[in-house]
Formats: sequence, structure tokens, C-alpha cells
Amino acid sequence: MRTNRRMFLGGASTAAVLSASGVSFAQGDKKYSDGASDTEIKIGHTNPYSGPASAYGVIGKTLQAYWKYVNETQGGVNGRKINFISYDDGYTPSKTVELVRQLVEQDKVLCTFNTLGTPTNTAIHKYMNQKKVPMLFVATGASKWGKPKEFPWTMGFQPDYHTEAVIYAKHILANVKDSKIGVLMQNDDYGKDYWEGMREGLGKEVGRVVKHVTYEVTDPTVDSQVIQLKDSGANVFFNISTPKFAAQAMRKAADIGWKPAQYLNNVSASVATVMKPAGFENVQGVLTAAYLMDPTDKQWDDNADMKMWKEWMGKYNAGASLSDASNVFAYSVVSLMHETLKKCGNDLTRENLMRQAANFQKWKLPMALPGITVSTSPTDYYPIQAVQLQRFKGETWELFGDVMHAEST
Amino acid sequence: MEQFLQQIASGLANGAIYACVALALVMIYVSTDHINFAQGEMAMFSTYISWQLMSWGVSFWIAFILAVLLSFVMGVVIERVILRPLHNAPVLSIVVVFIGLLAIFNSVAGAIWSYLIKEYPSPFPKSSFGIAGVIGPHQLGVVLVTLIVLGLLFAFFRYTPLGLAMRAAAQNPQMARLVGVRVDWMLALGWGLAAAVGAVAGIMVAHIVYLDPNMMAGILLYAFAGALVGGIGNPGGAVLGGFIVGVLENMVAFAGNQLEKATGVYIIGNGEKLTVALIIVIFVLTVRPAGIFGRVVVKRV
Repeated sequence: MRTNRRMFLGGASTAAVLSASGVSFAQGDKKYSDGASDTEIKIGHTNPYSGPASAYGVIGKTLQAYWKYVNETQGGVNGRKINFISYDDGYTPSKTVELVRQLVEQDKVLCTFNTLGTPTNTAIHKYMNQKKVPMLFVATGASKWGKPKEFPWTMGFQPDYHTEAVIYAKHILANVKDSKIGVLMQNDDYGKDYWEGMREGLGKEVGRVVKHVTYEVTDPTVDSQVIQLKDSGANVFFNISTPKFAAQAMRKAADIGWKPAQYLNNVSASVATVMKPAGFENVQGVLTAAYLMDPTDKQWDDNADMKMWKEWMGKYNAGASLSDASNVFAYSVVSLMHETLKKCGNDLTRENLMRQAANFQKWKLPMALPGITVSTSPTDYYPIQAVQLQRFKGETWELFGDVMHAEST
Repeated sequence: MEQFLQQIASGLANGAIYACVALALVMIYVSTDHINFAQGEMAMFSTYISWQLMSWGVSFWIAFILAVLLSFVMGVVIERVILRPLHNAPVLSIVVVFIGLLAIFNSVAGAIWSYLIKEYPSPFPKSSFGIAGVIGPHQLGVVLVTLIVLGLLFAFFRYTPLGLAMRAAAQNPQMARLVGVRVDWMLALGWGLAAAVGAVAGIMVAHIVYLDPNMMAGILLYAFAGALVGGIGNPGGAVLGGFIVGVLENMVAFAGNQLEKATGVYIIGNGEKLTVALIIVIFVLTVRPAGIFGRVVVKRV
């Protein structure tokens, strides 16, 4: 049969109308994309279990423990078992690409979830959006994951570094007189994201930054950098560094008698792995922003969420560290994924999954600080955008001020 | 001026760390003719052992001695069990084994003790030691300990028959065997000593960089640089090389700052510390392939 252009167009538009109406009738009907069926939902994941970033391996393990718990105690989600396929990418972007292609093309997962790392996610960002496979709640704080127009299939999770730095900058301008700011920055994308945020937050006052020093992750210590910052006469210290270096920097500052107002990035806000090793006497008054509860902070010991988490950890994730904030993060993000899947009901298409992920209104996220909730919309792909400032006092963080919301650029 | 002094002091303290690890590298090289890429991870593992002992209530110095002894045994066992069968294997196979050991130690430590950073105590008294504002008590302590270890090793190799036998076994195994040296055991002994020196280095470093399975990754790089600059076959040279690299990298940052102050543009600084250090290594090795203090070994063919 000869098909002319008009017939083809007519046919195509009929099909479009049919499929569009199909969605609206779909509430009770079962609809599936690749990776979902009556019995199973396949979710893909990459995470460094080996290599230099293997400290994040605990996140993958907690996620696995959670899905196992869901399958065993609740029979899965809406009667479908979760098949969580987690691969080790060693934090190497080229390997992530290979593994994610395997997940999408061979394992045929419904979506990926919480793939970890900024460089690794950057490497698969375009691919996932070309393939139209949801890439949900990625585990990175870079600011580029919430762009529904260009990348409708990718969604972030945590407050991004950029937003956090803007908040610090505003706080410095409002609270420190004649501020002269010294910045210590890890020389990579993560550090630069914070640094750009700081500059944007300072706006016209960007000249207040009197010194900006960097370190490489291969540097054994940051002592030399801290000496330079002190020498610059800065009275504000913005510390953009990972736990080990953050602790070193704060201890060194105290050692050489430098006493600036200190702003510490949330990446390194753990009491057990940063503040205690730096020496409690050296870190009094340090400021940071938080959105999750720190399990090593005594003030949450009687909190209902914290008790529930500790009980869950003991029962279903035994042997994992109760002082590792990564376990809190993992529990929190996987709860959000669980809720998203529940909301999908029987319509487990990729389109519906994105629609449900982008349809949260002030959802109470487990382990988030009081007052911090998840909100998303088709134009807002940043699930958590609120943080609260806290100041270190004695041996714990003390929250102060209101929950702050910031719209990222 | 204050900054200059502080940078020198901090450079010396970092240099002492590099020197310690460089010493362990030299130990293996002198006694077996190999460069052990797993040296840093072995030292890290020994440090964890001492940490574990301390968390069981053992006092610092007893844990220190026990960890050093255990490391010695560990080194001997590694040589006997893993490297012995590779006796006549090509260098590349041995390098692969070293890299495998590196990965194994790193992962095993992570699996046992987790990747979270841990505090590590300093054995040096806080008040009566060091120069306020310039060099802390622990840093000064590390410099002293490094020099003591160097002195002990020097005396061992120079004045004891065992040290002489070890040197002979490394440099000319056949000849040494002919005069009655048990070459096999000398190699194992070399590994044990290197592991013990590594343990000292790890224990000294851990207070400064904190204890975690990746603590030695960056340090090993600088230690290699130090050992190569000073001469990989010469313990004294390696120690000096370590100090040179430590001070040099801080001086690069310091000079970069002064340049930036004078000219207003960033020319060189913290980002280029390692680069400059490595350029110097290449330069030294081009001019003096055996290192500043190394002796050129001539082999008859």
C-alpha cells in the first residue's frame, strides 16, 4: 500500500491523541515502560565501592539494605519487588558511562537512582536525557541537576553548593563588620561551585575577598594555605574543603593563633569526623548550614526520626556505622524514592515516574531538620532548597534563625 | 617575615613526613633492589594496628612498639609468602604485585575500620615543646623522630655485621651467597625493617593528616620525589630529599604570594606546588640520575 504524506500525518496524530487519552484513563490500568512489570521494578545505580572515593560505598550499601527491607517486610512497592542493581564505578566517569549503558540497554532498568558523584553524573547526563530514562535524585551537590527545560529527565536531591554559599555570603555581609574574607577551596568542580556562589552572594561587595587559596586532593596538609590566609589579614574564613582538610585547616588556624569568623561548608559538618578531630576547643563558634540531622549530634538523641533511624539501622543495616552521616543521607534519599514509586501506582512508565517526582508538596522527608520539606514541580527540579544555619557550641551544633529558602539560578 | 618563618617551619614538618616514608622506600630498595608501591598503604595499616591497640586501652608507647614489631613480622611474612615465589620473575610482575598489595591493604583497612577519618593522639607534651606560633610540638617531635630513625639505620648498616650482610645480599647476591650470607633471609629482613620504618612514619604522620585508609596516597607521591632527589640508594640523602621537597613546595606558594602582591597577577602558587616539585625532580634526575647524594652504580657486562 502506498502511504502518502497526509495519511501518515493523520495516522500519527490519531496515535498521539490515543496515547494522550490513554494517560488520563490510566489511573487503574497497568502501564509499564522497560524495567517494570507486574512483579518487579528494576532500578539502576552506580556508586564507588572501590578506589579513592570508596568512603561513599556505605551509601550504596544502605540503599541496598533499604530495598531489601522493603521487599521483605512490605512485599515491595504496590506488590512489585524492587530489583536494585548497583554497580561499582570506582568514581571513574568513563566506567560510569559504560555501566549506565549496560543498565539502560541490557538490564533495561526503569530508571537510575542516586548515582553518585559530580564528574560521574556529568558524564551520563546527556546520555540519559537522550534515552529519556529518568535519572532521579542524583547524589551530588552541584547546581546543574535542576534544569527541567534542557534536561527533563534529571533531578537532583540535596540543596546545591551554590545556594549554600549564597546564604553564607549574605550572612557575612549582614553580620560581620568590615569583613575581609579569606577562602580555602578544593581545586575542582565542587570547590568552584561554592566559590561561584560566594561571589554571586557578595555581589558588588566581591572585593571583600582578600585572599583565595586552593589545595589539591593529593596535598598531605593544608597548613601552608592556612598560613597564607592568616597573613592576608582576613577576619572571615570560608572553608570549602572535604572532612580531612576541613579538620586540618581549623586546627591549624587555632595553632597559629588566627581567630576569624569561620564558615564551614556543609560537606564537612559532621561532629564525629570533623569537629572532634579538629579539637572542640578549636571550633567554637564555627558556622555551617544543614538540612539533615547529624547522627553524632547529641541534641537529636530523643528525636523520633532519629530513634526510628537508629532502630532501622540496627535491625536491617547491622554493622553499618551509626556515626556516618552518609547513612543518614542514604536513608533519607531512598525514602523519597520509595514515596515516589508509591505515588506512581500502577502507571510505571518513565513519563509518569518523572511526573510524580516533580509533584511533591511540602513532603516531610525522614531525617531532615525540623521545618525542611521536599517540594518539586514541573519547573522546579530541586527537591530540597532550604537549609538552616547552625553554630558550633560545646560539643554540638546549635540551630539558630529561621529555615532559609533560596532559589538557585 | 612571620609568614616566611611559619612557611619554612611547616615545610620542615611536612618534609619530615616525606622523609620518614622516603626512608622506608630506601630500606626496601637498599635491601631488595625494588621500589615498593605498597609502602604507604603498609604504613597506614600499621598505624591502624597501633590505633586499634590504643583503643583497647594500651598506652601510646607500648602500642607504638607493638605496632612496629607486628609490622616487622608482617613485612617478613609478605616477602616469604608473596614475593618469594616471584624470585626470578621480571620486574614488571613484581610491580604488579606491589600495586595489588596497595589495593588490598587499602580495601582491607577500609573494610575493617571504615573510611571515616579518625583522630590520632600525639605523644609529645603540648606545652613544653616547640616554638609558639611557628612550629608546634608534634611537628618538632616528628622531625626529631625522623632524625633518630635515620641515625639508627645508619648505625645498623654501617657498624653491624647483619647490616653489612644485608647490603651485600642486595648488591651482589651470588657473591654474598658464596661467602655464607643467607641471601633469602636478608631479603625478608629488609622487608621487615622497611615495614617497621613505615610503621614509625605512619604513626608520626597520623596525628597531622588524621587516620584514614587513604592518608598515605598523596604523601607517597612526595616521598618518592624526596627519595629520588636525595638518591634512592642513600638513607641520608632520602631524608634530606624529603625535607627539601617539603620546604620547596611551601616556598613555591610563598614566592607566588609575594609575586602576586608585587605584580597584582597570579603567576604561580598553591595550584602549582606539586608541579614545581616534580619539575625539580626531573631536573635533578637529568643532571644527576642517581640523585644528589646517590652513588652511580657501574655494572660490568
